[in-house]
Amino acid sequence: MTLALALTVGLLYAAGVYMMLRRSIVKLLIGLTLMGHASNLLIFVTAGLRRGSPPLVRPGQEQLLVAHTDPLPPALILTAIVISFALVGYAAVLVKGVYEVAGDDVDAIERSGA
Amino acid sequence: MSLLNPELLVTLPVLIPVLGSLVGLAAWNHVRVQRAANLIASGLLLLAAGELLRRTAGGEVLAVHLGGWPSPMAITFVADITSAIMVLLNGLVALGAAVYGLGGIDRRREAAGFHPLMLGLFTSVSGAFLTADLFNLYVWFEVMLMSSFVLLALGGAREQLKGALTYVILSLVGSTFFLAGIGLTYSMLGTLNMAHLAERLAEAGEPQRYSPVAAILLVAFLIKSAAFPFFAWLPASYHTPPPIVSAVFAGLLTKVGVYVIIRFTTLMIPATHPDAAVVASLLTWVAAFTMVTGVLAAAAQGEIRRILSFHIISQIGYMLMGLGIAGGALAAAGVAEAAGDVERAQALRTAGALAMTGAVFYVLHHIVVKANLFLVAGIIERRCGSGTLARIGGLSTASPKLTVLFMVPALSLAGIPILSGFWSKFVLVRAGLAAEAWAIVTVSLLVSVMTLFSMMKIWSGAFWKPAPEDGDPAAVPAAELARLEDEAIGGRGWMEAGSAFLALVTLAIGLLAGPAVALAERGSAQLIDGRAYRDAALDRTPTPPAAGNAPATPRPGGGSTP
Repeated sequence: MTLALALTVGLLYAAGVYMMLRRSIVKLLIGLTLMGHASNLLIFVTAGLRRGSPPLVRPGQEQLLVAHTDPLPPALILTAIVISFALVGYAAVLVKGVYEVAGDDVDAIERSGA
Repeated sequence: MSLLNPELLVTLPVLIPVLGSLVGLAAWNHVRVQRAANLIASGLLLLAAGELLRRTAGGEVLAVHLGGWPSPMAITFVADITSAIMVLLNGLVALGAAVYGLGGIDRRREAAGFHPLMLGLFTSVSGAFLTADLFNLYVWFEVMLMSSFVLLALGGAREQLKGALTYVILSLVGSTFFLAGIGLTYSMLGTLNMAHLAERLAEAGEPQRYSPVAAILLVAFLIKSAAFPFFAWLPASYHTPPPIVSAVFAGLLTKVGVYVIIRFTTLMIPATHPDAAVVASLLTWVAAFTMVTGVLAAAAQGEIRRILSFHIISQIGYMLMGLGIAGGALAAAGVAEAAGDVERAQALRTAGALAMTGAVFYVLHHIVVKANLFLVAGIIERRCGSGTLARIGGLSTASPKLTVLFMVPALSLAGIPILSGFWSKFVLVRAGLAAEAWAIVTVSLLVSVMTLFSMMKIWSGAFWKPAPEDGDPAAVPAAELARLEDEAIGGRGWMEAGSAFLALVTLAIGLLAGPAVALAERGSAQLIDGRAYRDAALDRTPTPPAAGNAPATPRPGGGSTP
């Protein structure tokens, strides 16, 4: 499972970089989103995968006694997702603004600028 | 002042601007309230920062563990001398910009939320200077990005959108690196408190295994500080927004990156780390390339704010140079000591401490000077309708006041004696010579000459040469100038007042260079030793300071396990 997820992370990074290197601002945005997903998944995988052991205190016990999944990385990922949602949302508005002025071509933006 | 317990005081630099920003947002349709909130919050921020520095200047490190959680779990804010200096500079720039903003922004942008956004930016900058938690630092970076994105595109001029796009995309790529680095750091060391990380890494059997992760994080920080080769976003965007926005960006944003590099490398890669010498030489190379490319690109520009943008990059090189020399000298001191050459080890250690002082003092001087130069550029653009040197001129006779305002930060940036820039370069060069880093010292001196050349270019272009059209310094018709005056919320007097305030700060740093350097020296001693910071961040009783500037040796069993 770790191997499959690790490969997925690599694939997402590769796809993200590929999209960002196209000369299109819409693909630029998609590439950025993919790289964000890759980083989130990376945190998830490197924290260690453990099947069927949520960090929950069992009934009748005072504290966690069995080995369990670390709850902190998912909390970090959640925070990162919320933040990147806002940032990508803003970037999308910005891309739309640029798109209306210069179209989809990155080089056209360079030409249209001062 | 007994009302201010240390816990409250450390959080105030974040609380004050965020409250001011909230007041501004609540009073969305009342720009006067927003304006007042910006002024008052900036003033209070400066006062709180001054008090913070007064209390930490003696060597005491203040810390607060938010939410009442025990130490490594809580998000911790720590204020040592270096962070207090940085927060104070944040306050100075905030107040200067708030006064300047009374005249230097137009009605449309003010109504679009200029004041609350500025305060949001100052909040995040304070947060980044104070936090001792890696993930919290990421959050402050993102808050900073968000405020700066909106400020950059505010008003939505075509040129602005293009600059903002480059800035947004490269910043977000930097964030991706940062996030990936945090994930890998947590999986390897199992904590995110930077002091705790430092101690776990120092105790680890093979600390080199962490170095690739440190490299990922350093790339994220170098993107943030606009160092070579990651600086493309800066010259693309900094000349496009209103001058007051570029002034605040120029003063603070890249320096947050530099501060984080200083904090991260001193904590995670101290002289005892096996890779310390490699990291130091890498930083020195980056510094050299950053300095040279920045200053050469600046020489090719013909517009004031574009020249200044490239100069930011070149100046970032000086700060990294201080850090690189310090790291190299301290690592070499360790080697010399192991070889039994105590005298040489001591000399190198002194040189390393001096270089670190130079880096801290350079940031201190640079934030004020650079913000002020952009403010002056804004006044020139308002006065003449353009910042293109070929189209303006004759300001030295038309406006002697403006001439003085320009001369102070410009000569300081170029490193003319008695001004703050001279002392910062003097300390760095002396440290470089003592550490026998001949190559980087030579490069820095050459770049210094080139900096003077660029400043002279602005001087002769805007001030000295006669105006292009019969004695009138303006580049656009009088009707256009009147429209600019009309759109703004106030007169040029406010802009000049804000700029004069920062010019006075520059003069004060230059004239009081002795105490200021001494303060930076104590700050850098704390950075190199690191124990006081770690004790405060991990809520331990402070260990008595060792004699002299001996570098920290990791104490066995020092980390408290969660």
